[in-house]
Amino acid sequence: MAKTSYLCWSLLTFLLAFSTQSAEMPLNMTQGVTEISQQVYHLHMKIFYICCAIGVAVFGVMFWSIIHHRKSKGVEPAQFHESTKVELLWTALPVVILILMAIPATQTLIAMEDTSEADVTVLITGSQWKWHYKYMDHKVEYYSLLATPRKQIDNKLKKGDNYLLEVDRPLVIPTGKKVRFLVTSDDVIHSWWVPAFAVKKDANPGFINEAWTKVDHPGVYRGQCAELCGKDHGFMPIVVIAKDQADFDQWIAQEAASQAAAKEAEQKLLAMNMSKEELMALGEKTYMGYCAACHQPTGMGIPGVFPALKGSKMALEDLPGHINIVLNGKTGTAMQAFGKQLSLSEIAAVITYERNAWDNNTGDLVQAADIAKAQKP
Amino acid sequence: MALKHQPIVVKLCLLTAAMFGFGYALVPLYDVFCDLTGLNGKTSSMAATAEAAIPDKKREVLVEFIARPNNNMPWVFEPVVHKLRVHPGEIHRIDYLAHNITGRAMTAQAVPSVSPGQAALYFNKMECFCFTQQHLTAGQQLLMPLQFYVDPALPEQFSTITLSYTLYEVEAATPVTAQTATGDNNE
Amino acid sequence: MSTVTTDPHAHAEHEHHHGPAKGLKRWLYTTNHKDIGTLYLLFALTMFFIGGAMAMVIRAELFQPGLQIVQPDFFNQMTTVHGLIMVFGAVMPAFTGLANWLVPMMIGAPDMALPRMNNWSFWILPFAFSILLLSLFMEGGGPGFGWTFYAPLSTTYSSDSTALFVFSVHIMGISSIMGAINVIVTIMNLRAPGMTYMKMPLFVWTWFITAYLLIAVMPVLAGAVTMVLTDKYFGTSFFDAAGGGDPVLFQHIFWFFGHPEVYIMILPAFGIVSSIVPTFARKPLFGYASMVYATSSIALLSFLVWAHHMFTTGMPVFAELFFMYCTMLIAVPTGVKVFNWVATMWRGAMTFEVPMMFALAFIVLFTIGGFSGLMLAITPADFQYHDTYFVVAHFHYVLVTGAIFSIMAAAYYWLPKWTGHMYDETLGQWHFWCSLISVNVLFFPMHFVGLAGMPRRIPDYALQFADFNALISIGGFAFGLSQLLFVWLVVKCIKGGEKATDQVWEGAEGLEWTIPSPAPYHSFTTPPQIK
Repeated sequence: MAKTSYLCWSLLTFLLAFSTQSAEMPLNMTQGVTEISQQVYHLHMKIFYICCAIGVAVFGVMFWSIIHHRKSKGVEPAQFHESTKVELLWTALPVVILILMAIPATQTLIAMEDTSEADVTVLITGSQWKWHYKYMDHKVEYYSLLATPRKQIDNKLKKGDNYLLEVDRPLVIPTGKKVRFLVTSDDVIHSWWVPAFAVKKDANPGFINEAWTKVDHPGVYRGQCAELCGKDHGFMPIVVIAKDQADFDQWIAQEAASQAAAKEAEQKLLAMNMSKEELMALGEKTYMGYCAACHQPTGMGIPGVFPALKGSKMALEDLPGHINIVLNGKTGTAMQAFGKQLSLSEIAAVITYERNAWDNNTGDLVQAADIAKAQKP
Repeated sequence: MALKHQPIVVKLCLLTAAMFGFGYALVPLYDVFCDLTGLNGKTSSMAATAEAAIPDKKREVLVEFIARPNNNMPWVFEPVVHKLRVHPGEIHRIDYLAHNITGRAMTAQAVPSVSPGQAALYFNKMECFCFTQQHLTAGQQLLMPLQFYVDPALPEQFSTITLSYTLYEVEAATPVTAQTATGDNNE
Repeated sequence: MSTVTTDPHAHAEHEHHHGPAKGLKRWLYTTNHKDIGTLYLLFALTMFFIGGAMAMVIRAELFQPGLQIVQPDFFNQMTTVHGLIMVFGAVMPAFTGLANWLVPMMIGAPDMALPRMNNWSFWILPFAFSILLLSLFMEGGGPGFGWTFYAPLSTTYSSDSTALFVFSVHIMGISSIMGAINVIVTIMNLRAPGMTYMKMPLFVWTWFITAYLLIAVMPVLAGAVTMVLTDKYFGTSFFDAAGGGDPVLFQHIFWFFGHPEVYIMILPAFGIVSSIVPTFARKPLFGYASMVYATSSIALLSFLVWAHHMFTTGMPVFAELFFMYCTMLIAVPTGVKVFNWVATMWRGAMTFEVPMMFALAFIVLFTIGGFSGLMLAITPADFQYHDTYFVVAHFHYVLVTGAIFSIMAAAYYWLPKWTGHMYDETLGQWHFWCSLISVNVLFFPMHFVGLAGMPRRIPDYALQFADFNALISIGGFAFGLSQLLFVWLVVKCIKGGEKATDQVWEGAEGLEWTIPSPAPYHSFTTPPQIK
């Protein structure tokens, strides 16, 4: 018995020592920054305390029995083996406790599912392996990809503070306003989760789900995809920046303006030609961000799953087919239509890169204008 | 096998087969349940009649329209209006623009989804391009109509209905006759 | 079969002429419930190590942030096949092996009702698992969509190993169904005269109910897996929105199987603990009748809770509430069982041999798993727990410190009856304590990383999770190593050891303790008289 308690205490000390070392990781669920997240936290703690109380009671009785009701103490075993009264009691009492738990749980759930009267609505689309955000009331939409450099993941560079929890373009929402999320997917099931909001909603392909939040404090809030969606499920985080209404208004106006300007600029670019160096540089950057996940940095693909581009017929010969498949994707496969996701120059550059990297060396240079032409018959 | 075992074994084999059938029966059962409760936001694939279309001017519902071409569906696909404030019972018509920007003829199927799920039961489509496949030749543009009304029986708690269409390419077996941008396929 | 005397020596002489065959043929063609039980148990032990090796790969990769050992694609295959092997290759066959060995003896029957089907039930299993394991070597890799194989990840977005996965699952399902039919017919038709249903040992009861659950839900799994196959290869659209289907439908069908499945994996454990605790407390099981009713209620309720795995899929509120309430309700009969075990201990005269240690550890640690389950049942809170390591902690507590510990308890408890030798008590105690400590170092911290926000099924994680993951991995390696002690002990016990009496354990009750140890190849060829 003494042996057991000694072991228990050592284990506890060991664990506590670890927890002070990793002071960064909280042991408990976050309270979050919304009223709902606080309700969820308090519900969680309430249930937890009740479980602890029941545990202490039951294990207390059990350990008392282990200590005192042992043959080595010379006790004669009793022979009782039933008692309807006691059985009814310990059936009824748990039911009462459960009802007491169910009431606040029901209240919180009903509050969470009420998406009416929203101030801002964002359409969130998950795909392998990134998120897309589109503001329903503003002409602003963009993709949000993991920003952690590959070299950090491959242990070639020291990992940054927000390793795996950083993106190139976070979602921005106003504080103090009810923000409604419409969640869906373009391919497999994903799940959009921000712990600080206590919002987790599955992104089902072909269907729309709704969730909402109202953030009290400005800040940066990080989450992750919460449904296995293929190989890079762990590499498509979510970052939400909550700004005061005034800052948000300014930001969204700027975004709308710069997106409109970018579209215009792209039209102008059609008249210009990029040099091979420019194409290869932009192409490599685009390839590593959008294509390498499947086709691999080496262009070798994954045999049986994702085709190789190095030495492929498509990359060496069929230029129109190559442009078409990058622009329009391929139905029934995981190859997405990148025409909607990348600018004309990015597409031109990435195709140029694929046709010249890894000893493909076709010498083909594809310009934005060529892509624009391929988009219209 | 001993004779006395046979009746039970037969019954258990039948039970096994029945449960296998039940697994498959869950497929239509799910559809029925969704139709009854709006569980997954699926709307009916049959045109609604105008029976319940009695306008309720005392109430307003915001209807949002979303159009999403699927991942590897390159068409341009957009609603002409993004939202509409309507009275329940009022019949409205809006259009979705579809533009096949590729160099080949393609066939598409639009699949609707309504949120909140239960509101799907009260979103009555009298005419919808989602009822049939849409065939566009290379470069063709088409305005596709949606005629609907929100059922006045829509429960009080719903004030916003979001209708989303996802557009998928269909490997067309038989091309449906193409309709031009000015074609009237509803009158 | 000629009538056989109960004199073991005369019996042994007979054995020379038409006893068990020698060598490989014996095992390949056996219809003897003891042999088949042994085959299942050894198979389960092997699969436990193979699944365990995959867990070691997982924990090795998760030992540090960054990708060091495997690529994400292969990591997903490891998590998937680890789950499939442990569920279908270790836990279920182990319980089936125990059923084969014990049910006939416990009811005074000479063998299972359908001995030849019994042989097939076992031998298709190595075949099924070879297919599954070989699929890992296919171009494109093995299944990587989780043991829950949600569509469309498992349909449109999977490799061709999916076909082998489907075939393999079909065969496992057929094995389970045949086994379940055998158990039911045996219990219904072969009980010795005087053994009424309410006199059967609780292990027999729990397996009786488990067998009905298996027949009810394994065919539904077969349906689900077939739908995945046809969606992938034959143009159906059960789960594809483009064709009018719904990916969430898959989840409903799968979990309609999946939830009763987890009760299939725990009810026999309840039966084992209900056999062991009374023996070592030297006191009858408290509340036999309510134990039977509680087990039946758990089985019935298990059909009403499946969507608690789907709270984040976007169900309407009334559905979420229904499933929340039903799930919470299962805590009641489960609690009754725990209280009854403690009441059995109360004012008994306990000794603490290894089977009792594992049984007591089961009661405490399974209850902890039950608490995290109750927390998960609370829908609004579940939104924060779902698909995080909190869930991983929960199910590993109920499955490892629950089901697996009960299987080990059973092994220690009945090994003397099976082999005729006492196992090495000191070695057993070492195995127990090493397992107990390492399993908690392995799984308890997972509650915390889950609450802190770490999702499941990821090969790499943010830096704040690093220290805890390192600790968890160490626990994992230690737990894996500790199981080698068990293998050594089992081998040692089979080969020799202190001779075991018929009774073996002072407080043991039940028909299996009235026959010699080792149990004769054919036992109860004449039915015993039940008092």
